[in-house]
Amino acid sequence: MVATPETIEQLRSVTDEKYKYGFVTDIEADVAPKGLNEDIVRFISAKKSEPDWLLEWRLKAYRAWLDMDSPDWAKLKIDPIDYQDAYYYSAPKIKDGPKSLDEVDPKLLETYDKLGIPLKEQEWLAGVAVDAVFDSVSVATTYKERLEQEGIIFCSISEAIQNHPELVRKYLGSVVPYTDNFFATLNSAVFTDGSFVYIPKGVRSPMELSTYFRINAQNTGQFERTLIIADEGSYVSYLEGCTAPQRDENQLHAAVVELVALDDSEIKYSTVKNWYPGDENGVGGIYNFVTKRAACRGRNSKVSWTQVETGSAITWKYPSCILQGDNSVGEFYSVAITNNCQQADTGTKMIHLGRNTRSTIISKGISAGRADNTYRGLVRIQPKAESARNYTQCDSLLIGDRCGAHTVPYIESRNPSATVEHEATTARISEDQLFYCCQRGLSEEEAVSLIVNGFCREVMQHLPMEFAVEAQKLVGISLEGSVG
Amino acid sequence: MAKETMTDFPLAAAFDEAAPRLPGSDVAWLDALRAQGISTFRAHGLPSRKVEAWRYTNLNALARAGFAAAEVDVKLAALPDGAALALDDACSIVLVNGRLRPDLSDLDRLPDGVSAEGLGDLLRRAPSRAESLIAPAPNASAGALAALNDAFLEDGLILQIEAGAKVDVPIHLVAVGVPVPGKAIAFHPRNLIVAAAGSHATFVESHIGAAQGSYFSNGLTDVRIGRGAMLTHAKFQDESAAAFHVALVRASIGEDASYDSFVLHRGAELARHEVHAAIDGSGAECRLNGAYLGTGQQHIDNTTVIEHRAPGSRSSEVFKGVLADRAHGVFQGRIVVHRDAQQTDGNQLNKTLLLSRNAEMDTKPELEIYADDVKCSHGATVGELSEMELFYLRARGIDEATARDILVSAFLSEAVSELRDETLASIFAERITGWVDARHADDAEKAA
Repeated sequence: MVATPETIEQLRSVTDEKYKYGFVTDIEADVAPKGLNEDIVRFISAKKSEPDWLLEWRLKAYRAWLDMDSPDWAKLKIDPIDYQDAYYYSAPKIKDGPKSLDEVDPKLLETYDKLGIPLKEQEWLAGVAVDAVFDSVSVATTYKERLEQEGIIFCSISEAIQNHPELVRKYLGSVVPYTDNFFATLNSAVFTDGSFVYIPKGVRSPMELSTYFRINAQNTGQFERTLIIADEGSYVSYLEGCTAPQRDENQLHAAVVELVALDDSEIKYSTVKNWYPGDENGVGGIYNFVTKRAACRGRNSKVSWTQVETGSAITWKYPSCILQGDNSVGEFYSVAITNNCQQADTGTKMIHLGRNTRSTIISKGISAGRADNTYRGLVRIQPKAESARNYTQCDSLLIGDRCGAHTVPYIESRNPSATVEHEATTARISEDQLFYCCQRGLSEEEAVSLIVNGFCREVMQHLPMEFAVEAQKLVGISLEGSVG
Repeated sequence: MAKETMTDFPLAAAFDEAAPRLPGSDVAWLDALRAQGISTFRAHGLPSRKVEAWRYTNLNALARAGFAAAEVDVKLAALPDGAALALDDACSIVLVNGRLRPDLSDLDRLPDGVSAEGLGDLLRRAPSRAESLIAPAPNASAGALAALNDAFLEDGLILQIEAGAKVDVPIHLVAVGVPVPGKAIAFHPRNLIVAAAGSHATFVESHIGAAQGSYFSNGLTDVRIGRGAMLTHAKFQDESAAAFHVALVRASIGEDASYDSFVLHRGAELARHEVHAAIDGSGAECRLNGAYLGTGQQHIDNTTVIEHRAPGSRSSEVFKGVLADRAHGVFQGRIVVHRDAQQTDGNQLNKTLLLSRNAEMDTKPELEIYADDVKCSHGATVGELSEMELFYLRARGIDEATARDILVSAFLSEAVSELRDETLASIFAERITGWVDARHADDAEKAA
């Protein structure tokens, strides 16, 4: 299917327009016209030369989306979003970034310094045109060869659609169907790129996979789609995102991540997301509406979600596990920090279907300033989940008297042999703890950072090494200005 | 897509016919209240599971039963024997199908400092005085069923404890449901309990059925506890097996006041006990505890909301239950700490034992906190009897069925012992033992 002549005409008319966000205008971008309709969906699909079945799938999703309403059950205040006032396809040919670090916002650089990020990487993160400065391309190529030797497929989902259509067709939408929810359905219709990982039988990925090392990793766009399949007996650890605040113009992000774990396989998925949270008064910032779900289909399969969420103006995110295979294991470790006017409604769902399935949920919410932080989780034990076990602990920490911390767990048990335990506490940093630290010469901010890191330790220790160190510093930075 | 509500409930249609017969039907404020109630109910209908507060309780069976307003005068010479709680020296007040029955009540021997009267009587005699009593608190919660109660406002108990009165005789409200053969009836008792400043009192409710059969009791009780007052409020729900029991308690708790509440569920096909407690004064204390015993296809729902609106207040909740056969239990507990309610201490615990493969428990303990200097926690567990504990008892020569009984009773006793009034606690404990023994006998019979 190709774009209709009208679409191309429309396209021509808008490509002459100024780039939507003002700065650096002369891009030779492929930009779809503003708004969303079937032609845009066809345009995106045509641009990526997708097979007919995928276009049909996108169109079905788009038609389903028209009948859906934006979910309003979360404890979030969201200004109405005008979905017609956005571009759904824009593939800038890179050079829209700053030419050197001198052009980058000094505030951003200050944060990089505090995180201890090397200069070269700072350039990469700030979006300075990559080809000129950083050898990430060659690094990535080296890694890629190594992965190919093992038979691991790690590429963008667009490439996977071209080169491994049978795998994509088999698994895409099998965990998060296109009718799943408002944002996932929108994503299904208009996703532009994302990652695809396939680990063959019995292979242990020799390194942690990260979008960081994937060529064309930048500009995966606001509708990212990730699909990871771990075949029998395989193992992979996947890192998403980055501790440093990323330069990003898109306000709405509606990503979908699908994980499939077959017999005896394990997927460890770690996220550190630090999107722009908006300023102190809640102006600007990213809306992050993500659907993440794992199907533990095989016996003894295991999926572990670890997330550190410090950014975004609004976070709406519930990484979940469907524990179908007997003895399968789901884990969720989360730290969510909100400061100033940020809002987070995040948690998980553990659906126990198979026998001896086990799940662990550890959630730490920290709320400061005027922020609201909600844990929302579901643990469901179905009748056939003999001897299933769940342990949930959600702790909230409040810093300041204008913020809110909320816990909304749903527990549904239909099997007497299952054991479900849930605990939650809410407290603030005590004066005693602060005094103790300050007495030993720490500033109040350092003390808060230390105490909060201690509070989050159970989660942080599940992060891969690369992330853990930076994530600890990130905790301190996110809470800056919350005391004193 | 499922409908949000079920609007075709016959009671809504029956209203126009019933309205002129309700007491005080020509009084303007009362007509306005009832009209408002029925229009709210007509707009919303019975809540469906799409309504978050009713997510786990399905009222389809109630809708299907098609209840009509209870208008038939009931002949009931005496209370069913042994059904209500046996409280020595208590002063009993009897409601039959939602209507106060002075002939069965002890209105003539009320303790000093206590006044009790029928709402229906008051609406007829002095409607203007009733107005100020009935007016809900400014932020009282309302739902479709509370609106239905407003619409059919007819009778109930108005109990007032004078300021400073220390009443040691429990006031016992015995609410009897008398099914009418061939007719599904509904009644909407409205009670008001006012404990004025500095008073101490104990208010106990027994909800019982006079015979097997279906009826729908949709009660609403407003509780107002003045400064420094202490109210113990205990309830025994043992309606007849086919009955529907929905009760909403709206409590407002003043400065340094204390509210100690307990509910034991044993009867009804579907029961929902909902408490909205607002702590409006600092230094106040709110305790909501309960136990539930489910067998057969019973559905038992405990829903609580505690709002801490003032600094320095405490709340605690312990709800424990045992579910056998195909019983379905629900616990929804929310603690809200408002912006300036610093130094709040809130604890909540829900534990359930599932005794059968087909039993189900849904629990949703919720914290909503807007103040930082607080200590709040909640916990929930669902599971079966511990093999280790059973083994321990078996190793001491106790047969398995008895060992199970011992463990179940011990499990429930934690909730009962939360009641500070020890006499009441032991009366409830006996009822639990009775239930456990009855089940034991049933099982033995089945096995034989």
